[in-house]
Amino acid sequence: MIFEQIIFYLFSAVLVTAAVGMVTVRNPVYAALCLILSFFTSAALWLLLEAEFLGIVLVLVYVGAVMVLFLFVIMMLDLNIDPLKEGFAKYAPVGFLVAGVIAVEMIMVLRSAPFQIATPRAPAPENNTEALGAILYTNYVYPFEIAAVILVVAIIAAIVLTLRRRPDSRKQDISEQVQVKREDRVRLVKMKSETKEQA
Amino acid sequence: MIPLSHFLIVAALLFAISVAGMFLNRKNVLILLMCIEMMLLSVNLNFVAFSHYLGDMAGQVFVFFILTVAAAEAAIGLAILVVLFRNRRTINVEQLDSMKG
Repeated sequence: MIFEQIIFYLFSAVLVTAAVGMVTVRNPVYAALCLILSFFTSAALWLLLEAEFLGIVLVLVYVGAVMVLFLFVIMMLDLNIDPLKEGFAKYAPVGFLVAGVIAVEMIMVLRSAPFQIATPRAPAPENNTEALGAILYTNYVYPFEIAAVILVVAIIAAIVLTLRRRPDSRKQDISEQVQVKREDRVRLVKMKSETKEQA
Repeated sequence: MIPLSHFLIVAALLFAISVAGMFLNRKNVLILLMCIEMMLLSVNLNFVAFSHYLGDMAGQVFVFFILTVAAAEAAIGLAILVVLFRNRRTINVEQLDSMKG
């Protein structure tokens, strides 16, 4: 019991600290690393909530794919960070004000009676992955397939957006080379033969 | 045992921090995308917490779909960002005003 609480408060503290770090650090690489830390700690919290499959998926998909993509893009772009950080101090008061209002409002709502559930109403299924799969492939099979279509669309969109034909690159066009005729390459010129004096 | 509201409060704090991040880094599209990811993470934490405490797996299925859509969104958003940087040599929101919006 007490061990769970220690784990919860420890990981929650790390999560909130990493989130604060993400929004305040100057360097986007450090921001991405803070976000990775917050994903790891959230995965730990999800494991605490007995959502093992989703916790592992969060680490695999988010840390392994999405954040690596973020880091690739950050390093690929030659960013000038200084102008991007202008107005940080100017917008800090209003930002903290709005965030504080949101946080206070939400916490006031969450302290009301309907959210005070001390223990789970039903015991969690023995095998989380099996339970999730059993419901995902029966009741939610159409949304599942739509999700697959969304991923395909995203892949194609990302490739098409970033594809570019460079006019300065010299690449080989095999079919053009094979189809070439003699007339394209050889030009016969009719002219009189030159004599020694003319030269 | 930890009550449900504790998890919800952590998620609310996370959401509020990412809203603050949107104000603080309003010129950097990259950080804005990361703040969106953080908001989705806090929403997912809510879903997982409710799923656990109410004993309903539907919440976890929803998190699964949110993760899918968020991954697609991040991929397309970053692709747009790369194209933007290639054309304008900047990702500063202030300078992206060619549509006079």
